[in-house]
Amino acid sequence: MELYSLGVHELRRMLDKGEVTAKEIITSVYSRIDAVEQKIKAYVTLPRTEAFLMAEKADRDLSAGTNKVMTGIPVAVKDNMCTKGVPTTCSSKILRNFIPPYESTVTSKLIEAGYVLAGKTNLDEFAMGSSTENSGFHTTRNPWDTQRIPGGSSGGSAAAVAADECIAALGSDTGGSIRQPASLCGVVGMKPTYGRVSRYGLVAFASSLDQIGPITKNVTDCAMLLNVISGRDLRDSTSAPIGVPDFTAAIGKDIKGMKIGVPKEYFIEGMDPEVDAAVREAIRKFESLGAVPVDVSLPHTGYAVATYYVLATSEASSNLARYDGVKYGFRAEGKDLIDTYMRTRAEGFGPEVKRRIMLGTYALSSGYYDAYYRKAQQVRTLIKDDFEKVFREVDVIVTPTSPTAAFRMGEKTEDPLQMYLADIFTISVNLAGVPGISVPCGFTTGNLPIGLQLIGKHFDEETLLTASFAYEQSTEWHKRKPAL
Amino acid sequence: MKYESVIGLEVHAQMSTDTKIFCGCSTKFGAEPNSQTCEICIGMPGVLPVLNRKALEFAIRTGLAMHCSISPYSRFARKNYFYPDLPKGYQISQFEHPICEGGFVEIVVEGETKRIGITRIHMEEDAGKNIHEGNGSYSFVDLNRAGVPLMEIVSEPDIRSAKEASEYMKKLRTILRYLGVCDGNMEQGSLRCDANVSVRPAGRKEYGTRAEVKNINSFRFVEKALEYEIKRQIRVVEEGGKVIQETRLWDSAKGITESMRSKEEAHDYRYFPEPDLVPIAAEQRWIDEIGASLPELPDVKRERFTSEYGLPEYDADLLTTEKAVAEWFEESIKAGGQPKAVANWMMGDLMRLLNEENREIADCPLKPPQLADMLKLIDKGTISGKIAKTVFEEMYRSEKNAEEIVREKGLVQISDESAIEKIVDEVIAKHQKEAARFRAGEEKLLGFFVGQAMKAMKGKANPQVLNELLRKKLS
Repeated sequence: MELYSLGVHELRRMLDKGEVTAKEIITSVYSRIDAVEQKIKAYVTLPRTEAFLMAEKADRDLSAGTNKVMTGIPVAVKDNMCTKGVPTTCSSKILRNFIPPYESTVTSKLIEAGYVLAGKTNLDEFAMGSSTENSGFHTTRNPWDTQRIPGGSSGGSAAAVAADECIAALGSDTGGSIRQPASLCGVVGMKPTYGRVSRYGLVAFASSLDQIGPITKNVTDCAMLLNVISGRDLRDSTSAPIGVPDFTAAIGKDIKGMKIGVPKEYFIEGMDPEVDAAVREAIRKFESLGAVPVDVSLPHTGYAVATYYVLATSEASSNLARYDGVKYGFRAEGKDLIDTYMRTRAEGFGPEVKRRIMLGTYALSSGYYDAYYRKAQQVRTLIKDDFEKVFREVDVIVTPTSPTAAFRMGEKTEDPLQMYLADIFTISVNLAGVPGISVPCGFTTGNLPIGLQLIGKHFDEETLLTASFAYEQSTEWHKRKPAL
Repeated sequence: MKYESVIGLEVHAQMSTDTKIFCGCSTKFGAEPNSQTCEICIGMPGVLPVLNRKALEFAIRTGLAMHCSISPYSRFARKNYFYPDLPKGYQISQFEHPICEGGFVEIVVEGETKRIGITRIHMEEDAGKNIHEGNGSYSFVDLNRAGVPLMEIVSEPDIRSAKEASEYMKKLRTILRYLGVCDGNMEQGSLRCDANVSVRPAGRKEYGTRAEVKNINSFRFVEKALEYEIKRQIRVVEEGGKVIQETRLWDSAKGITESMRSKEEAHDYRYFPEPDLVPIAAEQRWIDEIGASLPELPDVKRERFTSEYGLPEYDADLLTTEKAVAEWFEESIKAGGQPKAVANWMMGDLMRLLNEENREIADCPLKPPQLADMLKLIDKGTISGKIAKTVFEEMYRSEKNAEEIVREKGLVQISDESAIEKIVDEVIAKHQKEAARFRAGEEKLLGFFVGQAMKAMKGKANPQVLNELLRKKLS
């Protein structure tokens, strides 16, 4: 067994016992990167020198006995989280040369916990997309079939984990951007409760929906990483002043009698029958483990995509206004100020980003605000209420993560609406602010991974982890590796 | 036809917090460009604002002092527009849910007290500053001011003349300085004023079309700019034209307002709730604490100065415009000074000396008890009022006490009758002709004799004794 193929908790044990060094691990991971990265293109930046320096420091900490939970573990970070001194591009031309002079809170916490930065991973430009095809640089390939996309927007992180180009990764999820690529790449991905993880240093797409979370090879690693990154941050007013439990304690608990809601709105016409079958099979598996399926309804589900695309684009249109070429990043000189603004943004942003800026600008415009933005906020409340009502009856909700397995490159690029529907099952979770996790639950006949989504109550990631781990331990899906 | 003007003011007051509203950078004025900035106020990718509690406290403080209600639910909003001095491409302000609503302040115009309603007070961040130097092909941006906390105080359209507007501005400045929430310096930009102005035939209920006048950046110009704009609008109406809704810029050099942009060109700011900041629900207990810590406000103080010290309205008004002046006054009273006398010396010689040096009363070298002590010397007859003028100025300059100065300079008043009599005799002997004219009824010549005698005695004669002796000898 190669070191790169192992998970966080396995390597942790080996490191702490002195069976392996951090340098051996990063060497192994980088040999894997050297071997497969050309095919996968998961990364935007590979800071090899810094990674080895961090591993050396980890080894010093290990011999000094000051090792912590992530000491020596190579983690890939989505390239929309600021890393001091390391380029942070958001896979956008407009930030191609941007090197942050500050560290995001999540990576600060990882540094504090001793991690090794494996690299910065590719994403759809500014996290806007579901395939990484909107990256300003290149498209990441699905390790299970390199003609297919890995999902998005955290496609680089999910592919890097699936291809063993890192031990674990961080993604960000605004409408499904962790869970959908995790599902399509056959790995575990969690979007925590909004407010659980600080957003400081995460380049904003839609501030009221964005949330950082782990993408890992198994549920245990997810809990370990979540332990490190969670918690109130005084630099993020929207981070919740709420205690953080030890999430690994949720691992291994019994799920007998756990009530599992199955919402009828998530099993729809036009869904891939193989996905439908795999998810129903997973529900039966839960039943066999002692959980109790309950039919539930989330009646406003049908409005989620429309609501999301009004709110997310509105916030994005404002969040992306700062990229004007005046202070940092790319600038295209024009004949005057207005011309410089227009040329900078015309050349710096890709077509999907521009489309969303225009949509959002329109939705916020005077005369349209009430019909779009305000109305969408009202619907958002209804969607949140749907979840709260259902959670009075059940402990978790299970659904497919994505209506289909990984699609081919170029298959949906011509039709943005088709692409938007890739997130149809994940978007409501962001609107409601509740946590969601995707775990592998099968494969298509074409050997493509299928993901199961579990949705929990606000700040109840523990139940999600308990249920996911119980399911994972009763299946073999997470042990399969793509042939590369 | 007679016209009436209707004016509402939007006043931006820079809060005197030590740090910016959403980050920890200093707010100090006049530092090296961009030396007081960080990733947050520069608007770098991924950064987030965190509200400065002091700024919120200052806004609540101001709201309470202006009789506003403090909103139990308040929110920030984003005001979106592109400009190089606005690093994020939006300004964090308040829109639908301002922190304070529905208050008033009182002004006195021509002896009448008038209430000006306050529609709302909201918090927002300031923008940076563009500096246009060099050859014109480029400009500089200084972001030191970006993120400095502001309050926008919006009045009801209750103001009816340029004079009232100016009184209202002065009153706001006084209150803000009393509260210690803003230094009130219009020239440095810590107090800025935009005015919505319209005119209508006297007696009509409906408002006319209003124009917004911007860039009124000095107290001197509040009245001038508004007078101009009112006259301009009346002229437009009288010539059969229509006032158009537009933004106009006051040009202080030319003394006119000029059209900047029309309603059609107005920005659509696309306000929406700021998702990076949680709503504010200030605890009632905290609000009460802030309320209890408010200082005695100028209106109340003025009343008290007339009733407690028997000062005329005029004096009370002047002495309570600045809190520090009122405090100086009261300290002097506490040290034994007679109120009206202290008031006179303060409004006269003290203000003159401070103005000459452009000094605030806070850095006045003369301390209140020193004035009280000097007044006692006058009362005891040790020095005359006239000598006191010299003593006062000397106290101010040398920082010595009155008694010390009197002793050192030999300024003690001569009340000894025999000493004065000797001089009186000499003066009369020297000016026989004038003495004859006085005796013939030319009474006003008494002053001439007083002057001559004082001159001979270097001003030290007790004027009462001198007067009496002169009258006696000349009759």
